[in-house]
Amino acid sequence: MEHTAQHTDVPALRDTETVIATEQLNVYYGDFLALRNVNMAIPERKVTALIGPSGCGKSTLIRCFNRLNDLIDSFHLDGRVTYYGQDLYQDVDAVQVRRRIGMVFQQPNPFPKSIYDNIAFGARATGLTTDLDELVERSLKRSALWEEVKDKLKTNGLSLSGGQQQRLCIARAISTEPDVVLMDEPCSSLDPLSTLKIESLIRELAEEYTIIIVTHNMQQAARMADYTAFFNAEATEDGKRSGYLVEFAPTRKIFDQPAQEATRNYVNGQFG
Amino acid sequence: MTSSTSGPKGKPIEARSQRSQWSDRSFTWLTRLMAFGVAAVLVFIGVQVAIDAMPAIRRYGLEFLVTSSWNPVDDAYGALPVIYGTLVSSFIALLLAVPIGVGTALFLSEDFLPRPVRTVLSFMVEMLAAIPSVVYGIWGIFVLIPFLGPIGDWLHQNLGWIPLFGTAYLGPGMLPAALVLTVMILPIITAIARDSLISLPPALRQAALGMGATRWTAIFRVLIPAAFSGIVGGIMLALGRAMGETMAVTMLIGNSNDLNISILAPANTVASLLANQFAEAGDLQIAALMYAGLVLFGLTLVVNILAEMIVQRVNVYK
Amino acid sequence: MTATDYRTRADRARRAIADQTSGPGYFDLFWTGVAGFFTLLALIPLVLVLAYVVFRGFSRLNWAAFTQLPPPPLAPDQGGFANALIGTLIMVGIGALVSVPFGVLAAVYLSEFSQGQVPRWIRFATNVLSGVPSILMGVFIYGLFVITTGTYSAVAGGFALGVLMLPIIVRTTDESLQIVPKQVRWAAIGMGASKFQTVLRVVLPAALPAIATGLTLAVARAAGETAPLLFTALFSQYWLDSLLQPTASLSVLVYNFARVPYEGQQRLAWAAALILVGIVMLTSILSRWATRKQIY
Repeated sequence: MEHTAQHTDVPALRDTETVIATEQLNVYYGDFLALRNVNMAIPERKVTALIGPSGCGKSTLIRCFNRLNDLIDSFHLDGRVTYYGQDLYQDVDAVQVRRRIGMVFQQPNPFPKSIYDNIAFGARATGLTTDLDELVERSLKRSALWEEVKDKLKTNGLSLSGGQQQRLCIARAISTEPDVVLMDEPCSSLDPLSTLKIESLIRELAEEYTIIIVTHNMQQAARMADYTAFFNAEATEDGKRSGYLVEFAPTRKIFDQPAQEATRNYVNGQFG
Repeated sequence: MTSSTSGPKGKPIEARSQRSQWSDRSFTWLTRLMAFGVAAVLVFIGVQVAIDAMPAIRRYGLEFLVTSSWNPVDDAYGALPVIYGTLVSSFIALLLAVPIGVGTALFLSEDFLPRPVRTVLSFMVEMLAAIPSVVYGIWGIFVLIPFLGPIGDWLHQNLGWIPLFGTAYLGPGMLPAALVLTVMILPIITAIARDSLISLPPALRQAALGMGATRWTAIFRVLIPAAFSGIVGGIMLALGRAMGETMAVTMLIGNSNDLNISILAPANTVASLLANQFAEAGDLQIAALMYAGLVLFGLTLVVNILAEMIVQRVNVYK
Repeated sequence: MTATDYRTRADRARRAIADQTSGPGYFDLFWTGVAGFFTLLALIPLVLVLAYVVFRGFSRLNWAAFTQLPPPPLAPDQGGFANALIGTLIMVGIGALVSVPFGVLAAVYLSEFSQGQVPRWIRFATNVLSGVPSILMGVFIYGLFVITTGTYSAVAGGFALGVLMLPIIVRTTDESLQIVPKQVRWAAIGMGASKFQTVLRVVLPAALPAIATGLTLAVARAAGETAPLLFTALFSQYWLDSLLQPTASLSVLVYNFARVPYEGQQRLAWAAALILVGIVMLTSILSRWATRKQIY
C-alpha cells in the first residue's frame, strides 16, 4: 500500500501498517515555532509513547492528530499530518476526525452527568442507534471499571475517585469505537496504584486500538510502549522553547542503545 | 478480543452530515446575532428616545436645558429644575453614602468581627439593594417623612438663614428623597469597595504592618490608595444609579418644578418628571418628556461608561 | 550574642512597640469605632424597612387579598390585589420568555464562540445597559410598542421588564459558563461532538444550576420593578382578559395606593409591598444557599 512507504525514516517499523504519519510538520502559535520538522509514522495497534522534557511540544503534537489545536486561535501548521494516507488538514471536517481519533486528557474530565450518560454521550452525539445499555456495559468492561460501578451507573461521574474517573474517561473515549486513542499524560494526576491499573489497561487496549501516549515518566514509557519517540527542546532567541523530534524507534532501542547522544543523556536522567 | 472493531478502520474520513454542519453554523450565527443584539438594544434605546424627542428638540433646542418653566398649557418646557434636582439629589446621596459605604466596606473586609458574622452582615447590606424601589417609597411616605418633621422644623428655625434650609419643612422634598437615595446606593458602594479591598494581595497589608504601621495607618496609607480606583468605580456606578432612580424619589421629592435651593423644599428629578407626567401627557409634552429622558440617558451613559472603564482597568490588575 | 544581651534588646523592642501603640492606639480605636458605627448605620434602614413592611402589611394578608379585585376608595379593608398579582406574574413571565433565550444565547456566544476584542465590547455594552435607568426602559418600550399598538398592555409591560432583565441574564449566564472548566469542553470536542452538541449537551447542563440561580434572581428583581411598567402596562382595577389592555401589577398598585388618602387602599399597598419584599428576599436567600453546592 502507498502509505507504508512513509516508514522510510524508521526502517524498523516496516512490518506494521502506518496509522498516523507526519511529514515535515512545523507547528506555530502565531509567529512562534513550537515544534519543527517532525517526520514520524505511527504504527497500527501498538502503543507509541512520546517522551521528552517539558516544553518539547509532545502535547502540542498529539493535539495536532485530532485537530484539538484548532481551538487555539493563533495555531497553524505547515507540512502534512496524515491518517491512513489521508491529509487531516485538507478538506476534512475536524469533528469527523475526532470521532475516529479519541482522546484521554491529563486531568480526568468526566462530564457532570451520570456514569451511564458519560459513556452514552458519544453514541448520542454521533446519532448512533445502538443498544446503549450494551454499549455502556461493553465500554466499562473494556476499561476494567465495570465491576466497580455496575451497581451505581446513575451516580454522577464526578463522585468517583481520580483513578476511576480516568478509567471512565477511557471507557468514554473507546465507546465510539475510534481507531486511535490519544492519551495526554493520563496518569500524571493519579496515585501509583491507579497508575498501574491504567497502564495494564492500556496494554490490553493496544490489541484493538492504536494508542499514542504522551508521558513525562520514562519508566512508564519503558513499561508499556512498543515504540518511543524522544523530543527535545531548545531555547530560541527570544527565550521561548521550540521542540523537535530527536529519535523515534522501538522502545527497547531508545532505552538500550539510542542512536543519539541527547536521547542517551535523557533516558539516563542526565537532564530534564 | 478483536470482535467489534472491524468498523471503518482505514477508510477515508467522510464528510460530516449536512445536518450537523448546518446546525453548528446556524447555532453559532444565532448566538452571534443575539450577542450583537444585546449591544444593539443599548443603541436602540438611545435612538428611539431621540427620535421621539425630535419635535421637542426642534422646537426648544438647547435652551430646553437652561429654562425652568414646565407648563403644558402654554407648551413652554424647560428642564433646568429637573436636571438641577437630579444632580443635587444624587450629589447629596453620594456625600452621605460614600463615607458610610466605604466605612462599612472597611469594617466588613478587616477582621474586626468573626468571619461568619461578617458574611451575614455583608449579605444584609447587599439585601438593601434587593428591596424594590417602590417599597422604599411607601416606607418613606409613611415612616421617614413624618420622622423627619421635627428635624426639618428645627433646621429651618435655627439654621434658616442658610439658603439650604431657607424654606419650611413641608414633608415631601429634597431631604427625604436624598436620604432614601443614600440608602439605595449604599449597597453598591459597599459591595464594590469591599470587593476591591478583599482582592488586594495580602502581602500589601503584611508589608505595611511589617514596617510598624498600625492597622488604621495601613488602611489609610496603603489599602485605601491601592483599592482607590475600584472604590471610585463603585462610586461612579452608584452615581449612575442615583441619577436614574425613579420610584422612591418620585414618591418622596414632592414633584415641584420650581427651582429651589432649599433642601427642605419640594423638588423634582428627570426620572420623577417622567414617572409623573408621562401617562397623561399630550403630544408635544410627550416629546418634551422624551427630550428630558434623552438628557437622562446621556448623563447616565457617560457616568456608566466612565465607571465601567475604571472597573475594567481594575480587573486587569487582578 | 549572649542570652542577657538578647533579652535586653527584646525588652527594648517590646517597649518601643508598646509606646507606639499607646499613642496611636486611640487613633485606631477611634477609626474602628467610626467604621463600626457606619456599619450599624448601614444596617438600620434594612431592619426598619423590613420591620415596618411586615408590621403594616402582614395583618392585611387575608384570603380576600389574594382573591379579590382592588377595593373602591372608601371601602375599608375590603378587596384584594388578585388582578395585580396575576398581572405581575404574567408580565414577568413575558419578560422572561423574551429575555431568557435572548440573553442565554448571547452569553453562549460571549463565552464559547467569540474571540478577540468583540466580546470585550459586547460585555462592556451589556454592563452599560444594566446601568440605564429602568424608567428609560419604559420610555423606550412606550415609543416602540405603546405608540404602535395604540394601547397600554401586558405585552408592552412584559417587554419593558424583559429589556431590564436582559443585561443581568447575559452577565450571570456568561459568568456561569466561564466557571465550567475548559477540560470538560475538550472532552466533548475530543469525542467528536460538534460545537452545537458540546454547548447544548455538556457545557449548558454543567452550568445549569448557576444559570438557574442567576435567572431566578433576575426574575425576582423584575417582579419588584415599577418604573418600566408605569406607562407601558399602566394599571387596571379589573381582571385581565386580554394581553393587549392596561394591566395591573403589584408594584404599580403599591405606588398608586400609597399616595391616596384612603386607609383601606393604603393598607392594601402595605400588604402588596410585603409580597414584593417577600419574593425578592426569599429568592435572594435561597439563591445564596443554592450557590453553596455547585458542581464546580
